[in-house]
Amino acid sequence: MFAFILRRSGVMLLTVLALTFIVFWLTNLPPNLEKLAKSEASVRMTDAEVASWLDRNGYGSSTLNRYGQWLGVVPGWTREEDGRFTGRCISGTATSLDDAPTRCGILQGAWGYSTVFKQPVADVIKRSLSMTSWLMLWVMIVMVPTALILGVLSGMREGSWTDRILSGFAIITTATPEYVSGVIFIVIFASATVGISPVLTELGWIEGKTLFQGTATAAMDKITFWNFALPVMTIALYGIGYIARMTRASMTEVMSQQYIRTARLKGVSFRQVVMKHALRNALIAPFTVIMLQFPWLLNGVVIVETLFNYKGFGWTLVQAAGNNDIPLLLGCSVVAVVVVLITQLISDIGYVFLNPRIRLS
Amino acid sequence: MQDLSWLQIILKSAIAFAPVWIALALTFALSIRYRRRLGLYGKLFDSTVGMIGFAIVMFWIFTALFADLIITHDPLVQLSGMKNKLPGTAIANAAEGVYPWYLLGGDNLARDVFSRMVMGAREVLKIAPAATVFAFMVGITLGLPAGYFAGKFDTILSFIANLVLAFPVILLFYLLVTPEIVETGIPIWFAAALFLFPVIFFTVLFNSRFHMLPARRNLYVGLTLLIGLWAWAGLAFNKDPTGLFSMSPNMLNVFVSVVFVNSPGVFRIVRGLVMDIKARDYVAAGQTRGEGPWYIMLWEILPNARGPLIVDFCLRIGYTTILLGTLGFFGLGVSPESPDWGSTIDDGRRLLAIFPHAALVPAIALMSLVLGLNLLADGLREESLKD
Repeated sequence: MFAFILRRSGVMLLTVLALTFIVFWLTNLPPNLEKLAKSEASVRMTDAEVASWLDRNGYGSSTLNRYGQWLGVVPGWTREEDGRFTGRCISGTATSLDDAPTRCGILQGAWGYSTVFKQPVADVIKRSLSMTSWLMLWVMIVMVPTALILGVLSGMREGSWTDRILSGFAIITTATPEYVSGVIFIVIFASATVGISPVLTELGWIEGKTLFQGTATAAMDKITFWNFALPVMTIALYGIGYIARMTRASMTEVMSQQYIRTARLKGVSFRQVVMKHALRNALIAPFTVIMLQFPWLLNGVVIVETLFNYKGFGWTLVQAAGNNDIPLLLGCSVVAVVVVLITQLISDIGYVFLNPRIRLS
Repeated sequence: MQDLSWLQIILKSAIAFAPVWIALALTFALSIRYRRRLGLYGKLFDSTVGMIGFAIVMFWIFTALFADLIITHDPLVQLSGMKNKLPGTAIANAAEGVYPWYLLGGDNLARDVFSRMVMGAREVLKIAPAATVFAFMVGITLGLPAGYFAGKFDTILSFIANLVLAFPVILLFYLLVTPEIVETGIPIWFAAALFLFPVIFFTVLFNSRFHMLPARRNLYVGLTLLIGLWAWAGLAFNKDPTGLFSMSPNMLNVFVSVVFVNSPGVFRIVRGLVMDIKARDYVAAGQTRGEGPWYIMLWEILPNARGPLIVDFCLRIGYTTILLGTLGFFGLGVSPESPDWGSTIDDGRRLLAIFPHAALVPAIALMSLVLGLNLLADGLREESLKD
């Protein structure tokens, strides 16, 4: 078991290195750097001026070398001009190099400085991640139990009407990406002119103009059902369909096993069979699926945060990418990639724990 | 002219879609008549779910084909006074020969939502199936040897596939689909690499089968290479002298990114299927007969893996449609004026709470197409499992 985790972690580390290098390379392509130089210094620079600006600010060396600096394994660049030093690890200018650390990359905790938010990247990411973790928490609370219950109910008696209706629901939700369901939800629940809100207001059933709020900006200070229901629903809905279908498939397979029939023939009630014999075995596969849903949930987070204007991780990523904020984009990618890989690792290890038939040796 | 009531809007829209209804009726009548002779496609008509899915998918395919006949206005033309107008609004002082209503209203630039939705079907169906086919070519060409030979080759390819799969899709799009990347010329080299796979696939396919019959082999392989490399030069490098095969740089970038994102998934499925099938007796029999590995892979294993692959193909077109919509939604689409559904949703969402129709119409269109593809895949899975 230990060797397995060790090996997986090794592969994971290699993956992180490869992926961050790809992101670094793509964000540091010459046209991006040119754009950066023009936005930082002056828009009307000539090509020669751009080149000298880049050279003065440490972008002159090779991509691999700069990747090493960013990572913190290669000494950061320094430059001497009239006895004053500038460099990667020096803020502003300094008279000597002795005070400044030699290496400063993400390994040393120096994530860089965001050009859009004018703040250290680490602060921006920390703040946005705490926002998004609330969103994810509620998504998980809504999504996982709903999906599992739907899946178990429809897989319990294959081909019944319950099964057909629930499967139909599941297939519709998997066909509805977040930017479609979000739009439909806003129109139905959060518009003062159409949908059900005007009707409810007229009947006097709700206070205010709309049933739910169409933006989640207010939820950044205080989460309420009113302002947070729609974003959570939007993300959860897509996952619900997918996980429910997986659970259903796994449940129908378990329900057709010999030991379930034996239990039924022994006279155990259907309820008991489902709860005691089937459920645990049927939930192994969905567990993996839920964990592997994370990359897609991240997608959903980006779409929903943009749509509902909730300034979390996804919103930050869009801002960073849209404004050519290279340090922030790199930071976001590292976080995203690490989150995805850790969930994959958990999924692998959890699968082994849950499924006694698999032995690693 | 009077504004239309909801019933009239539905009627008028149904009339506008007349070519689609005729084509659908013909397809269904012919298919149901001859379904016993049509193999898996014919069996689809035994399953209600499959038929519904097929009907929805064909509806959009015919809409894309006959878009020029269906549209009531030019999707790019703005008519004064029609900004954000509700569905069924009559056009004030309509000129002679101009359709007198905006059937599904006007968008925030006073363009006809109905015509844009219809043209959007063409935009989406121009890219999504083609991109999926290319992703399948890449996935199959690499997945077959990876599953069959296993070993180092498999380890390296699987690592790369997992690398791409671990990337959050949106991040990848934000990195790949930018004007700066087009400037560097990276998409062209990407395209050159990815578009080579279909040529390799068909060359190996024909060569492994006909290498004992040099005359036929030379004909097939020669034709493949001629047409394949011609299309390859045209699509990837825009160097086709006749101009038959060409793609605008933006379109190429979107296309390549979508293919790139989809290929690892196909690779994993093909690899898994091959590993399962290669343990079967008929593969061992082929090996004993002295058949070459590529012949076994392409002519013994691949046809036997077709069931799951066809199902996945349908699902993946739906997924690609969603991805294209995502691109449009973030403004990374083909062009800002483009009527594709993702961009239209993005345009419409700013005034969503007041004038929902501009975003709602393409949203429902996109959802119905993906739903149709999912149902079709379900129907196909059900029927292919029955054999």
